[in-house]
Amino acid sequence: MKVMKLIFKNTLRHKLRTLLTIIGISIAVIAFGLLRTVVTAFYAGVEGSAANRVIVRQAASFIFPLPYSYRDKIAQVPGVETVTYANWFQGVYIDKNQFFARMAVDAETILDVYPEFILSKEETDAFKKDRMGCVVGRDIAKKYGIQVGSVMSMEGDIYPGVWQFNVKGIYQPRDKTTDATQMLFHWDYLNERMTKEMPGRANDVGWYIVKIKDPAMVGRISKDIDDLFANSSAETKTEDERSFQQSFMSAVSSIISAMNVLSFVIIGIIMLVLGNTMIMSARERTREYAVMKTLGFSAKHLIGLILGESFLISFIGGGVGLILLFPLVQGFAEFIPKGYFPIFQIEPITFVLAGLSALMVGVIASIFPIQRALKTTIVNGFRHVG
Amino acid sequence: MNHIIQVKNLSKSYTRDNFEIPVLHNLSLNVEEGEFMALMGPSGSGKTTLLNLIAGIDKPTSGQITIAGTDIASLGESALAKWRSSNIGFIFQFYNLIPVLTAFENAELPLLLTNLSKKERKEHVEAALKLVGLEDRMKHYPKQLSGGQEQRVAIARAIVTDPIIIVADEPTGDLDRASAEEVLTLLDRLNREFNKTILMVTHDPYAAGKAKISRHLEKGDLV
Repeated sequence: MKVMKLIFKNTLRHKLRTLLTIIGISIAVIAFGLLRTVVTAFYAGVEGSAANRVIVRQAASFIFPLPYSYRDKIAQVPGVETVTYANWFQGVYIDKNQFFARMAVDAETILDVYPEFILSKEETDAFKKDRMGCVVGRDIAKKYGIQVGSVMSMEGDIYPGVWQFNVKGIYQPRDKTTDATQMLFHWDYLNERMTKEMPGRANDVGWYIVKIKDPAMVGRISKDIDDLFANSSAETKTEDERSFQQSFMSAVSSIISAMNVLSFVIIGIIMLVLGNTMIMSARERTREYAVMKTLGFSAKHLIGLILGESFLISFIGGGVGLILLFPLVQGFAEFIPKGYFPIFQIEPITFVLAGLSALMVGVIASIFPIQRALKTTIVNGFRHVG
Repeated sequence: MNHIIQVKNLSKSYTRDNFEIPVLHNLSLNVEEGEFMALMGPSGSGKTTLLNLIAGIDKPTSGQITIAGTDIASLGESALAKWRSSNIGFIFQFYNLIPVLTAFENAELPLLLTNLSKKERKEHVEAALKLVGLEDRMKHYPKQLSGGQEQRVAIARAIVTDPIIIVADEPTGDLDRASAEEVLTLLDRLNREFNKTILMVTHDPYAAGKAKISRHLEKGDLV
């Protein structure tokens, strides 16, 4: 019989209590992992932003458009490589619950500025040639069974009317942080209809995306662009893509902070659950520890027994939690409307943090019981009635 | 005379709520090797305290305890633990077996601290359990054994390391007469056949009668 066997046997001494503790730890690890994944998903756009892109928008608010005529002026700014632009279209596809980004873009330049959207040359050419053409991200194509050649019909809301798009390509994400849930179609198609149906909204651009030659020149180029349109009816605010993405986060920053705090509160709760179990176990075994000390077992043996048991419970609980985390996150991702979180996956750091937290809890939860077991003298241990 | 246990001017007092409670006063005692001594006395007379001090599980307030030439009062905690594991076998009133371990595993427990191989440990444990007549109960858990059988497992655990001294604190106190008789017969056998020095605390005059010699304690003094 080895000490490990005694640890196993001790762990199984109160099967229900151990089982409940393991379930508690598993649930906490799952909750921690899920919360961290949601927080990570919020920041996915920020993480996926490129250093060599700046965004030009209306200084007053993002919801106000900019004139199309700004395009050529921006292109003249030294250091600018390519200028492209986009409008938020939104619309209703199938029903209002089907949410993903649908944008009118400059078909000629958008893929130059976003090389992380991988599209074959044939698909790119086909997209550029068809004014009613569109490309969709891999995830959206998979979710709705969209194929090249499909026709997507949408009810416009920001831009009223019925809109039809011919799917000319399905882009693949280059990186794991690349959003594969977008639908991009020709800005020209949108602008033509606006010119005919709502002339007041013709030649409006939602925002410009500017690819710059040197990321180190972001500050200077941004200032130059904004200076160009200073004191105009549509002043601009230019910032790097990361800052632009982060500005969207400010609205939900308090929620994210709360989730961050909550994820660590959960670690505290696991600690209390396991700590309570270990304290009860150690208390019940006060006489046994006295017997073991009497037989010659030293402090390191008792530490090994208590720490081993605590560690084993936290290891099993953490392991079960981590194993269940994957299908649960996947299930959660299916449950939430596609597009709210374009990137929703467990990051390795979340996995590592959850696992380490469970093990750390195992160590911390054993400190008090160990201290108590070591502090109690043999004579007092034998007097204990528990 | 070869005194395996030499207790000289031993005093022990406990402090409770700022009050010092003296238990043993300047006590001296010698025990010969191979002796079977019963320590008797009323509750609170200090007999268990004396036993604990001789067994090295408590520290004296003053005085000297020499066991087989080792001054155990001067040993540190870890040295004392190591000394206990190879020199003293313990038998308790309430057996104090580990409930999740079988009779074999309980008896094997002290051997885990030795360098013996698994095979050697098995041989030692089987021999000890055979000696106490429980070779057919090796895989039984304490709750599957009678009180007498539990105490015999405890005796097997006490002798498995072949200690020089066995200390027994009311070993028959929780047993019926038949089981008590079995335990006392075993202790007597360990003393006679294996020359083990046995120090037994008991209230029971019948049990004390099985010992070769009895000493009485009254209010911390040997009388």
